[in-house]
Amino acid sequence: MSATIATDTAGQGMPEAVSKGAFDLDWANVAKSGSIAALIMTFIALSGMPDGLDARPIVDGVRVLTIGYLTLFAVPLAFGWMIGNEVVLEGMVATKRGPRDLVAGAAVGALGGVGLTLLVVLMSNFDLRDPLVNWSPQLFNLLTFDSGVGVGVWVWILIGAVLGAIGASLRLLPAKIRRAVIVMFLTVVGFSVLQGLIDDIVGNVGETIRDPGRFSEFFGEGDTPRPRVDSVFDPVINFIYSQTGGLKLVGAIVLALVAGALSLSGRGRIKAAKASYNAKTGPERTKQTSIMIGITAVLLILLPFFSGKIVNELLANVGIFLLLALGLNIVVGLAGILDLGYVAFFAVGGYTTAVLTAPKPGDAWPEWLPTLPWWGALLVTVVFAAITGLMIGAPVIRMRGDYLAIVTLGFGEIIRLLFLSDWLKGYFGGAQGITNIPAADFGPLGTVSGVDPRSVFYLVLVFCALAIYVSWRLERSRLGRAWMAIREDESVAEAMGINTVNVKLMAFVVGAVLASFSGAIFSAKVGSIFPSSFLILVSIIILVVVIVGGMGNIMGVIVGALVLIGVLGGPKQPGLLQEFSEYKLLIYGALLIWMMLKRPEGLVPNVRRSRELHQDEFLQDAWLKGEVDTDDEDGELATEVAPA
Amino acid sequence: MNDDNNSPEVDETDGADAETVEASAPAKDTAKDKGNPILEFRNINTHYGAVHILKDVNLAIYPGEMVCLLGGNASGKSTTLKTLLGMVTPTTGEVVLDGEVVNDKPTSYRVERGITMVPENRRLFKRLSVAENLQLGAYLRNDKAGIQEDLERIYSMFPRVYERLSQKAGTLSGGEQQMVAMGRALMAQPRVLLMDEPSMGLAPTLVQTNFELIEQIHQEGIAIFMVEQNANMALSLADRGWVLQTGRVVLDDTADALLANPDLRKSYLGEA
Repeated sequence: MSATIATDTAGQGMPEAVSKGAFDLDWANVAKSGSIAALIMTFIALSGMPDGLDARPIVDGVRVLTIGYLTLFAVPLAFGWMIGNEVVLEGMVATKRGPRDLVAGAAVGALGGVGLTLLVVLMSNFDLRDPLVNWSPQLFNLLTFDSGVGVGVWVWILIGAVLGAIGASLRLLPAKIRRAVIVMFLTVVGFSVLQGLIDDIVGNVGETIRDPGRFSEFFGEGDTPRPRVDSVFDPVINFIYSQTGGLKLVGAIVLALVAGALSLSGRGRIKAAKASYNAKTGPERTKQTSIMIGITAVLLILLPFFSGKIVNELLANVGIFLLLALGLNIVVGLAGILDLGYVAFFAVGGYTTAVLTAPKPGDAWPEWLPTLPWWGALLVTVVFAAITGLMIGAPVIRMRGDYLAIVTLGFGEIIRLLFLSDWLKGYFGGAQGITNIPAADFGPLGTVSGVDPRSVFYLVLVFCALAIYVSWRLERSRLGRAWMAIREDESVAEAMGINTVNVKLMAFVVGAVLASFSGAIFSAKVGSIFPSSFLILVSIIILVVVIVGGMGNIMGVIVGALVLIGVLGGPKQPGLLQEFSEYKLLIYGALLIWMMLKRPEGLVPNVRRSRELHQDEFLQDAWLKGEVDTDDEDGELATEVAPA
Repeated sequence: MNDDNNSPEVDETDGADAETVEASAPAKDTAKDKGNPILEFRNINTHYGAVHILKDVNLAIYPGEMVCLLGGNASGKSTTLKTLLGMVTPTTGEVVLDGEVVNDKPTSYRVERGITMVPENRRLFKRLSVAENLQLGAYLRNDKAGIQEDLERIYSMFPRVYERLSQKAGTLSGGEQQMVAMGRALMAQPRVLLMDEPSMGLAPTLVQTNFELIEQIHQEGIAIFMVEQNANMALSLADRGWVLQTGRVVLDDTADALLANPDLRKSYLGEA
């Protein structure tokens, strides 16, 4: 095919795709990817995830459709999809999609399956249970589908090949259909995984609709509980979910079809709504933004009424960690100070509140130590946290990069060990901690204690809203700009006249204060406080939340906290997927590596940046058309463009 | 020259210096006629640990003049700039700003009084927008109206910067980045602009444009203190110049005289 014709037909300067034979593959690449898939599958099998999660069915009654099996099935699916990835740059010739892709996917999947086959063979001959705890008969049965080694040696090669081909076949579908298929798949898995949450909230909403009187019950305290009524949504729930856990087969199919249909019809509308929002400017945009914030606020306020205790507890935990993450986001994301000992401020906030509110925190305290109400203690806590921030910050701040990170790591541990030490046992109780922290009393507004997770959620919500607002304002302030300048290039920032030491200390202090809020709420919620609540792991997990969300990105941090803490769980708190708790650090690690390789900017792309780019395009277009006279009207436009 | 243990080589240049000083005396006087120097080094010695970097350096920058500091690698040019700006404290000697000794004053104090640097290789805040970069130049200023006025002046000076206002600075081309770097420095309302190797890392055509820009800024009455390796270009613009060699000022003369100096021609202009 001559180049000119190719260019003409493609219309965009891209030569037309060539077709290749079905077995004309880059076999070296297939072998490489297949081996990686085999390693990953073997690793997952031996990590205990398939076994541990086997009890969670996705579709009830179908033996292999459990979350446990899904952890293995996902690998050939993903690798089958990835092997079809082809980067076509200008001047390169694309290859036509066709049976060739299926062959590649199947080959990669089958190679991956070989990993498990080998594992099955090894397991039937050797007992390596000593180093590998999950080298168990249960895993063997799971891998051989209870059919013995005769089946085990070939079944995974077949499964791998089929799943790999399915993964690859997604490449053959038109983009719209592909999206629908993926949405269908994710919906089914999502509904299955979130069964507890959905059951709970939908059930409560349904009950309230049938018996509106229930709503008033949420406010009264001494009322006799109303008799349970059937939720109006019971038929729907019973249609989708099986009593024994998991979706019903018919329910799953209907759910998938509905999701697919919605995806096919709704996608354009979401895009249009987004575009129309982005196109708006000035007061109209502000109006729409405030409406959205209002709706979110109302939903958040109503949410705890309709969710059970476990979900509320979870939301409260997410909030506490979100507050920490927002604080660390200022330190790491904006100012670029890699603080690995952030938990220290959380601990100082928690302990200060505990000492000031508990009636008798320790024997060594003098008689005159007052017992303050929670909000009174909070004021002192803030001051204390700020002082701690200054004290830790001052020696640390003159260091850079790696040194700073290591020293903060040290300070984080020092603070915890001080609270743990025998030396200060009379004050902080050592390993026994402080255990008689009262609930936070807000008079007519009620009390906040761990017994009532809903109240904790509201308290946390208020502080998170405050933290979000403060972060948002700071990012656009002179101080925020100075932080970002230091993050980008500290010596030039200094040359601009920024007092880098003071400004960095400010970041430390603001971060410390936000963390101390979190600590204060934590101690009132739990009612007791121990050094073991402030392990280095807390710092690490919060840092992961900030990094996964996208450093310096408030929306990203919120999403990161919801996904990581809410779904997978915090350092000690289980998430929605309680069965995942055991593997959460593994998943955190894998996620972190993947993020660093593929999406260093975080899960949620920075809205502000993309908006700026849009505005830039607009400005360029306008300038080209001569609508903007750069000599005369700079000022008018500039006031609009330059961030205040 | 106030050296007491000069190598014979340097003595030789001293001789050459003495000859040319007479020829260029009037030029030097006009510089001094401009009043008191804004910024002055008096017998500055700077150490990094035990390493002696600047040795008895004397400099003076007068209002509105353009001067340049020449020197090879490791001659102490960057240290001179850092000491001028207060990012490095001299071990002995005095840094004098408007007649006041400012040795122990922080960088911000000097920036506030009109000493601003355009760093080597532009060094913009890459992930911040152009607008934010410009705002950061005016970090120490509080007069909103004045800042807005200066922004507009920079837009009209560099229309291209205005087009790129909301773009990340790191995505600009080299020439555009140079404009933003200059704009950022101008936002501080400088009286003396310290330029660290303005031609470094730029394509030859851009170097030319860049020096035209510097000339343009100079026309507005801002004193320029240029640190350069490109001696020819720098001297053709500057009024006066110094040559720094291993931390010591070995030549101090008018630009014309320096251009004519055979030693300088040999070592900096590549002539045999």
